[in-house]
Amino acid sequence: MSALKIKKGSTSHSAYELRDPNADIVERHTLACIVENEPGVLARVIGLFSGRGYNIESLTVAEIDHTGHMSRITVVTTGTPAVIDQIKAQLGRIVPVHEVHDLTVEGPSVERELGLFKVSGKGDQRVEALRLADIFRANVVDSTLESFIFEITGTPEKIDAFADLMRPLGLQEVARTGVAALSRGAI
Amino acid sequence: MARQMTGAKMVVQALKDQGVDTVFGYPGGAVLPIYDEIFLQNDIRHILVRHEQGAVHAAEGYARSTGRPGVVLVTSGPGATNAVTGLTDALMDSIPIVVLTGQVPTFMIGTDGFQEADTVGITRPCTKHNWLVKETDKLADTIHQAFHVARSGRPGPVLVDIPKDVQFASGTYVAPKSARVSHYQPQVKGDIGAITKLVAAMEKAERPIFYTGGGVINSGPAASQLLRELVDATGFPITSTLMGLGAYPASGKHWMGMLGMHGLYEANMAMHDCDLMINIGARFDDRITGRLDAFSPHSTKAHVDIDPSSINKVIRVDIPIIGDVGHVLEDILKVWKSRGRKTHKDGLAKWWGKIGDWRKVACLSYTNSKKVIKPQYALERLEALTKDRDRYICTEVGQHQMWAAQYLTFEDPNRWMTSGGLGTMGYGFPASIGVQMAHPDALVINVAGEASWLMNMQEMGTAMQYRLPVKQFILNNERLGMVRQWQELLHGERYSQSWSESLPDFVKLAEAFGAKGIICKDPADLDDAILEMLAHDGPVIFDCLVEKHENCFPMIPSGKPHNEMLLGNASTKDAIQAGGAVLV
Ligand SMILES: Cc1ncc(C[n+]2csc(CCOP(=O)(O)OP(=O)(O)O)c2C)c(N)n1
Ligand SMILES: [Mg+2]
Repeated sequence: MSALKIKKGSTSHSAYELRDPNADIVERHTLACIVENEPGVLARVIGLFSGRGYNIESLTVAEIDHTGHMSRITVVTTGTPAVIDQIKAQLGRIVPVHEVHDLTVEGPSVERELGLFKVSGKGDQRVEALRLADIFRANVVDSTLESFIFEITGTPEKIDAFADLMRPLGLQEVARTGVAALSRGAI
Repeated sequence: MARQMTGAKMVVQALKDQGVDTVFGYPGGAVLPIYDEIFLQNDIRHILVRHEQGAVHAAEGYARSTGRPGVVLVTSGPGATNAVTGLTDALMDSIPIVVLTGQVPTFMIGTDGFQEADTVGITRPCTKHNWLVKETDKLADTIHQAFHVARSGRPGPVLVDIPKDVQFASGTYVAPKSARVSHYQPQVKGDIGAITKLVAAMEKAERPIFYTGGGVINSGPAASQLLRELVDATGFPITSTLMGLGAYPASGKHWMGMLGMHGLYEANMAMHDCDLMINIGARFDDRITGRLDAFSPHSTKAHVDIDPSSINKVIRVDIPIIGDVGHVLEDILKVWKSRGRKTHKDGLAKWWGKIGDWRKVACLSYTNSKKVIKPQYALERLEALTKDRDRYICTEVGQHQMWAAQYLTFEDPNRWMTSGGLGTMGYGFPASIGVQMAHPDALVINVAGEASWLMNMQEMGTAMQYRLPVKQFILNNERLGMVRQWQELLHGERYSQSWSESLPDFVKLAEAFGAKGIICKDPADLDDAILEMLAHDGPVIFDCLVEKHENCFPMIPSGKPHNEMLLGNASTKDAIQAGGAVLV
């Protein structure tokens, strides 16, 4: 058989297929990295994920200690357990990364995301949007005669559900922060 | 004591304080202030290369042969981009080097200024870490951090990008002692529980094998000593990757030769059949493992590595030990001795018997010729005529590299410089220059292929200028031999673009640079020609015309397990199936 007939990626037995696709199921993990807030640190983290072919579902970053210049990066990623372990080890190898925590396995944690939703409409639609927002405990942070901006915090699932409800009611724009997460209880 | 000085002066001061004696570099507009400071002092020797790639490989050669970081100084833009191949090479092979690049002044960054490149952006994925220094006050500290990162943990290349205004401005110099203590302090001691588990496995193993790599060499000479002690005390066989050659002496009683794609039959068979694999400072590279799901199927696997990301990356292991090879070996020896120095004597005796049978295959035998020089023969003669000398070997990349690994022997660490992970043609010649700089009185030989050698041949100028008597031993098959071999085995003998056409007359080329050239094509003349090369006090280009169609064996074809090696031409037909052809 000619070498050219091989479909790309068909070499499941090869040295390049580093992950045994049958071995494990894909899991979703939330990782928290404490990093030095120096230029390029976010590029290093993102470059690691793109360069090694890992997934990023959500990524948030902000300085959490202004005097010590430390930032917290929260990444939600998916992969088999072996891949997740690799991701953690690779993150830990980045020089300005001080700590890597897998909140998904290190005990219970809380995850929150903030979303801003611009919804425009008139009459009944507008009333319905307001009523649903109330049920979801979303706040109105801007309003005109034809539009609202709702602010909602919650788990990503809750924000997804809110988006689904707003779509038929005139959803125009969405901005989401991505997940921030902390482990529960005292450290 | 804090001192005020310009950024340019700081660079030179920091290098001195880091114990640097040699810098490989090439000037340009963005580093002129630093070159001015180099001009004004005599402690640091600057070697003017002929291409920035050469500077980085030379620094790698320097680093590998000394264990100390190699240092490079180049200008912004093209100077920095020319360094990228060398940086990637050093990253793949874990070589500590510190590259200093000039940059356009801070107020011009982002304006597409003349010779501006986003150097930290371009080199982020090919350095262990890099820095853009925007304030002169931070320059000295950053350079000290750079040295710390380059040599700590798993060593690697680092880069410091220094804008020109930062070089001109004055700031406060801090000495290494007063520099910020880095939070980057990789774990060096291995977990004693895991070490004890390994020792317990060693006591019971009937078919153990040590599989060692470049990590042993990177850990320092003490690690090699401890490895020798452990191997000889336990009586276990030992094989090594390309990168680890010399950590255990080739003349050692338990040495099995290199393993891997072109490794020895006995080494690969033993890896496949062992019941305990002890990986020390190697990384289960795909050149080593072959087909993963058939890799050493019946063994318990232990892995000692200072880089946690190497553990379970490719092969899941039973006993992971994160730590520095030297520290871990010391603890393994301590625990093993304290538990009564036990091994499974009967099992080992049988195991060595089996290894003896595999050795009888004599996998490195080849058909010699009286008419044409076989490359294997050329290396056997080079070995015989140089092995008792204070010798360092570099190589380029290709068949000659694999033959060099097979037919030359290494008794000590740091004597073998080859581009393993990246496989960079053009590495060997500049590397030999770096080695010779570090070891002026030693015999430094670059075993080269004609095609690779041409990739950085401009460094002849450097070798001549600094009177570096590097010997360029070119196994000239007038082919991109390794490519030709794969085309023969995998692509129906369609030799697409794998000839070395229009080659220079290497003797005249040598003479054009003022060096000595030697050509040899008759096996009967070979010894005399090699002796003539060795006798010449200066750089030599040795054009050794060899058999053009020789293939490099043994070979584990892509996609095959260790116990399905090809031993010679007879066995190659249809050996590599389509599934393997897609692999590199
Ligand atoms: C920079 C670079 N380009 C291409 C290759 C692919 N390659 C690997 S070996 C080889 C041929 C090397 O020829 P030569 O130096 O003459 O060595 P030989 O195999 O003939 O001994 C090539 C092109 C490489 N390794 N490096
Ligand atoms: Mg060749």
